[in-house]
Amino acid sequence: MIAIIKYNAGNITSVKNAVERLGYACKVTDDRDEIAAADKVIFPGVGEASSAMNYLKDKELDKTIASLRQPVLGICLGLQLLCNYSEEGHTPCLGIFDTEVKKFPPLDIVPHMGWNNLYDTKGPLFDGFGKNDTVYFVHGYYAEICADTVATCHYILPFSAALQHENFYATQFHPEKSGDVGEKILKNFLELKK
Amino acid sequence: MLKKRIIPCLDVKDGRTVKGVNFVNIRDAGDAVELAQRYVDEGADELVFLDITATIEKRKTLTQLVEKIARRINIPFTVGGGINSLEDAKAIISAGADKVSINSAAVKHPELITEIAEQFGSQCVVLAIDTKYEDNEWKVYINSGKTPTPLLALSWAKEGEQRGAGEILLTSMNHDGTKKGFAIDITRQVSEAVNIPVIASGGAGTMEHFAEVFLQTKASAALAAGIFHYGEISIPELKAYLQTQHIEVR
Repeated sequence: MIAIIKYNAGNITSVKNAVERLGYACKVTDDRDEIAAADKVIFPGVGEASSAMNYLKDKELDKTIASLRQPVLGICLGLQLLCNYSEEGHTPCLGIFDTEVKKFPPLDIVPHMGWNNLYDTKGPLFDGFGKNDTVYFVHGYYAEICADTVATCHYILPFSAALQHENFYATQFHPEKSGDVGEKILKNFLELKK
Repeated sequence: MLKKRIIPCLDVKDGRTVKGVNFVNIRDAGDAVELAQRYVDEGADELVFLDITATIEKRKTLTQLVEKIARRINIPFTVGGGINSLEDAKAIISAGADKVSINSAAVKHPELITEIAEQFGSQCVVLAIDTKYEDNEWKVYINSGKTPTPLLALSWAKEGEQRGAGEILLTSMNHDGTKKGFAIDITRQVSEAVNIPVIASGGAGTMEHFAEVFLQTKASAALAAGIFHYGEISIPELKAYLQTQHIEVR
């Protein structure tokens, strides 16, 4: 079973729909035992970092998430909350990825919204990813490039489009909204061996 | 490089898409979910569904249709029309829409922009502005273009951004349905004045019109309906053309 973590951030329905389109059973849940027992966990989210972290702490989901040993996929805000710290609301986060989340300088339109290319893609999420393939982003904050970066994107400046550390995977873009290219990335995650 | 977005707009009534010419004469152009899938297959970058009768008839928006669309399509989509409250927005977003577009309700209750943005994030809130050039001014109209307001498009767009809108969908009523090109003047003014994406809408008739609006304004996206629905321009053909004009598209 695939657990999709339910919390106070954003459009979780579209992640559920995408997983179901790929033929996998999934459950949207905030039950710690259910999450801990799942084959894979998706940690989605669109929203504000500090209120999302507060909510996770209230429900004690922060500890559950950090202790997961099965494959975990953070998406968008999920990626940012898996980093050390976010400038958004000056928020200490879960600290899986050794990097910080910063606000885009206002040198161009913010949020970074729309389809963009990826560079330096590596690792299992990007099996079959083509050089000219694009994915859909919507975000005003970005994770700095670090040792865990497995894909970069350039908008205003270069940033981490995807991160991986041990069993934790994360994408700043929305695979569930990135057409067939995104479905392939999601499928790559869902097919990961433990 | 961030791509310019091409957005087909599906005006919806009773689960089917229709297109108004200058918002008055309406023709039927088919089933909303099927048409949406066709656009996804053709390479549309995003979709907008507007329940064009909702405001007038005070009908609640089409939650069930939104659920059907969300289950089927795998690109972002916006739903608008008749969203008058935070509760309305919540229903549409919970049904699976990525963004809601608000128009008349935002003019009547500007705090609604902030309420939705605070709950779901600015990226969920599209401020739709219908504007008409008369007496040397771009005036804002509401209720599907039937009711004038004291607002002007440029200042309203700026206020919308300050209140938390994540995107502006700017439709020129003078151009909508004419197929004579987008309103370059006001689209340029608005897209230069705000630091959020602006979607140009109204007047697309040829592929050159899309190139024009991307080259002469800072619009991030261009929206059209009838020319796509009736197959006058295909999206792959349009994108191939834009690439020859050195405009980055997916």
